[in-house]
Amino acid sequence: MTSPAVRFQNVSRRFGEVKAVDGVSLDIAPGELFAMLGPLGSGKTTCLRLIAGFEQPDEGHIEIFGARADGLPPYKRNVNTVFQDYALFPHMTVGENVAYGLMIKGMGRAERESKAAEALAMVKLKGFEARRAAQLSGGQRQRVALARALVNNPKVLLLDEPLGALDLKLREQMQEELRALQKGLGITFVFVTHDQGEALSMANRVAIFNEGRIQQVGTPTDVYERPRTRFVADFVGSANVLAPDLAGRLGAGPRWVSLRPEKITLLADGQGAPEGWVSLDGRLASASYQGSVTRLAVDAEGVRITAAVPAGSAPIVTGSTLRLAWPKAAMVLLEGEP
Amino acid sequence: MSSDPKAPLGLRIAATGGLLLLHLPLLLIVVYAFTTEEKSFQFPPPGFTTKWFGIAWSERPDIWPPLFLSLKVAAIATCLALVLGTFAAAGLSRARFFGRETVSLLFVLPIALPGIITGISLRSAFDIMGLDFSTWTIVLGHATFCIVVVYNNAIARFRRLGGNLIEASMDLGANGLQTLYYVVLPQIGTALLAGGMLAFALSFDEVIVTTFTAGQQSTLPIWMLSELIRPRQRPVTNVVAVFVIVTTMVPILLAYYLTREGEHTGGSSK
Amino acid sequence: MSTRAAAGRQGGVGEAISDVFFARPGLLTLLLLLPPLLWIGVVYIGSLIALLLQSFYSLDDFSGLVVHDFTLSTYGQLLEEANVGIIVRTVAMSALVTLACALIAFPIAYYAARYAKGWKKALFYLAVMMPLWSSYLVKVYAWKLILAKEGILTWIASGLGMTWLLEGLLALPVIGGPSLSFSYIGTFLVFVYVWIPYMILPIQAALERVPANLIEASADLGAEPSQTFWHVIYPLALPGIVAGSIFTFSLTLGDYIIPQIVGNSRLMIGQAVYTLQGTAGNIPLAAAFTVVPMVIMGFYLWMAKRMGAFDVL
Repeated sequence: MTSPAVRFQNVSRRFGEVKAVDGVSLDIAPGELFAMLGPLGSGKTTCLRLIAGFEQPDEGHIEIFGARADGLPPYKRNVNTVFQDYALFPHMTVGENVAYGLMIKGMGRAERESKAAEALAMVKLKGFEARRAAQLSGGQRQRVALARALVNNPKVLLLDEPLGALDLKLREQMQEELRALQKGLGITFVFVTHDQGEALSMANRVAIFNEGRIQQVGTPTDVYERPRTRFVADFVGSANVLAPDLAGRLGAGPRWVSLRPEKITLLADGQGAPEGWVSLDGRLASASYQGSVTRLAVDAEGVRITAAVPAGSAPIVTGSTLRLAWPKAAMVLLEGEP
Repeated sequence: MSSDPKAPLGLRIAATGGLLLLHLPLLLIVVYAFTTEEKSFQFPPPGFTTKWFGIAWSERPDIWPPLFLSLKVAAIATCLALVLGTFAAAGLSRARFFGRETVSLLFVLPIALPGIITGISLRSAFDIMGLDFSTWTIVLGHATFCIVVVYNNAIARFRRLGGNLIEASMDLGANGLQTLYYVVLPQIGTALLAGGMLAFALSFDEVIVTTFTAGQQSTLPIWMLSELIRPRQRPVTNVVAVFVIVTTMVPILLAYYLTREGEHTGGSSK
Repeated sequence: MSTRAAAGRQGGVGEAISDVFFARPGLLTLLLLLPPLLWIGVVYIGSLIALLLQSFYSLDDFSGLVVHDFTLSTYGQLLEEANVGIIVRTVAMSALVTLACALIAFPIAYYAARYAKGWKKALFYLAVMMPLWSSYLVKVYAWKLILAKEGILTWIASGLGMTWLLEGLLALPVIGGPSLSFSYIGTFLVFVYVWIPYMILPIQAALERVPANLIEASADLGAEPSQTFWHVIYPLALPGIVAGSIFTFSLTLGDYIIPQIVGNSRLMIGQAVYTLQGTAGNIPLAAAFTVVPMVIMGFYLWMAKRMGAFDVL
């Protein structure tokens, strides 16, 4: 049995009074494309910095491929980082930036220059060696940062909000490329993001952070379809989180439950709910057209329920009464006291 | 002035006029260096001659020792200030402790308090310790107020450098010393050079503190001061003044050139 | 057990040092701060304290020697009429010089911050830096030339047929004198000229931080240009003005060379300190005199800090 690429054992990191990371245990498998997802200040970036070695744990241990890493400075870890603002050295050319790690290792000039050229070609920046960082666009800078990290052949590549600074079009293209790169190289990628869409579409597995703790780890389908806590249900995609009393009346035990808006359909007047479904009558408060779907805000039983229905599937008149229905199985029981 | 159509005429006149007035007096000195009138500051000069340059060069040996002393003091004080000012900036840019502000205020104090206080303080301290006046007592004073010049230039650059590039370097396998050599020094080098230039110019020109710490020795500014109070050949003083203007111009222009991208150090740079 | 995830490079002294500092980041900070702190602490603060101690000694009137007994009598002497006159005169001069500097510097700084672009901005910056850094004595000397009775100002005045104005000014009580270079007017002009760059740069730095759209926003909300100036630009420039005034005020307060070269025979604090410690040998009273600018500047710095002026320093 091989050891995990990264292992957190009950790791905590405090900044003064604040526990940025609070008792995190986590295994990341070799070759995974792993996402750390969470809001600002949830501890995800600190976890990344703990792997890189910029921070050291106050409690617990970190292993990288079976070797103890806590206490080791960044320059003694075979792990490289793509920084959020890229952190390219402004006094060096693109080529010198990429070859930096190799130069530090003591590799000869000719060899490291050819390796740097290869790495640049890999990120589609062939022939950019002589340019300066200031002459590059944001997307190109990120590719340089990527080449600069990958040329060292790290065991784990860390990416801090890799797509955060790019515009939408470029972001989609980079998502695609990063996935392809990771697959081709077989290197473990760990990236941090606050964008749940990015995490779900790119990662093999996702860890969701809140207030320094991991809420849930799983595949994108897992965390989306079977959120374990109210936080996950709410943060990953949008969900209707129903209180225990209402959920109980709908036959889902007196527990908090999560219900995805797109699981809800509209029933025509008088139409009964199919077998295994539940239904609820409500008054339409507002509707917003979002292209392929229309999001409806419906007031029912004193709560507001959001439903996403195919655009044009129902006449939308604010104030009208609607009958909502969904399969019982669409209600996912959440952890926590009723 | 077509590129700034928005500026009101009055403001343009006030700003440009103000700047011109800053420079006219210096130009006037150049004019007076060529006057034939020796005993007074008559304007317009009755005639023009270049003979004072020759006289200053060959017939006034009293100019040279102060000049060399000034250069020597400025060189030593600048070196000391470079080391101490850079250390101070590096330390404070890393520091997260309470009281950081107070420490930075401490470094600014020697230029925030009037120079005469620095001067007389040092003098009474030398008296108490029984220290004889020498080149080193002058250096001691100069280094104290030159530190802040280097410090100001360096801290601005350290702030811009941030922790990010240092982390990137360590992440790529460079240890602290390698990071210092390959990343930090190239990044702050020009700022240090600029700070050093300005410190040199400041020390070369200083007179208020120096009067108290020089004893019987004369730096060039002290020589000039005595010429101002008891003039011998006024045009020769003008020639030396022109020389001083030109000498200080070079490091200032160089310092500007070195730091021109990005930050301009504000009024505290002196 | 601890097979380390090392990159497999050779160690060495450099790496060993780096490791120590990496494990103890506070140690490096301390080592960096210690030499400059020691220097400032011992050389500068130490000397200041030595000076302060002297102010609690007194001068024996008969022997002319310093009596090393603790006394407040020297501070008592500070309150004698002549000495109070010196203090009042100096503080008034400093305040006036500061005010004049602010008034003249503001348009220059405002133009440079708001309208000058590209090469013109660089030119403006250099045009302020050059006089700031060029020799203090040379600048003072230039004004000796300008203000001399036979100098350029008299020449211009007679050329314009305004000699009467110049003479009228010099005939004024208190601020007048035999010629401009022996009058308070002259002293004031030189102070303003010499310190003005110290005022321009911080104001410009403060104004540069005012986003242009704030001014547009103010205009958009219906403010007249003068209202925009007083309600938006002036408050935002104020920290810069205060920062600049630290220099103009402090430098005027302690200067003894300008009033000696251009001015009348009435002393300012700097001159008093200089003559007391020199020819008079009355170090205690000289020390007590320096406490005045120290206290004033201490208060000034404290106020400035509260107003956020240090951010634009």
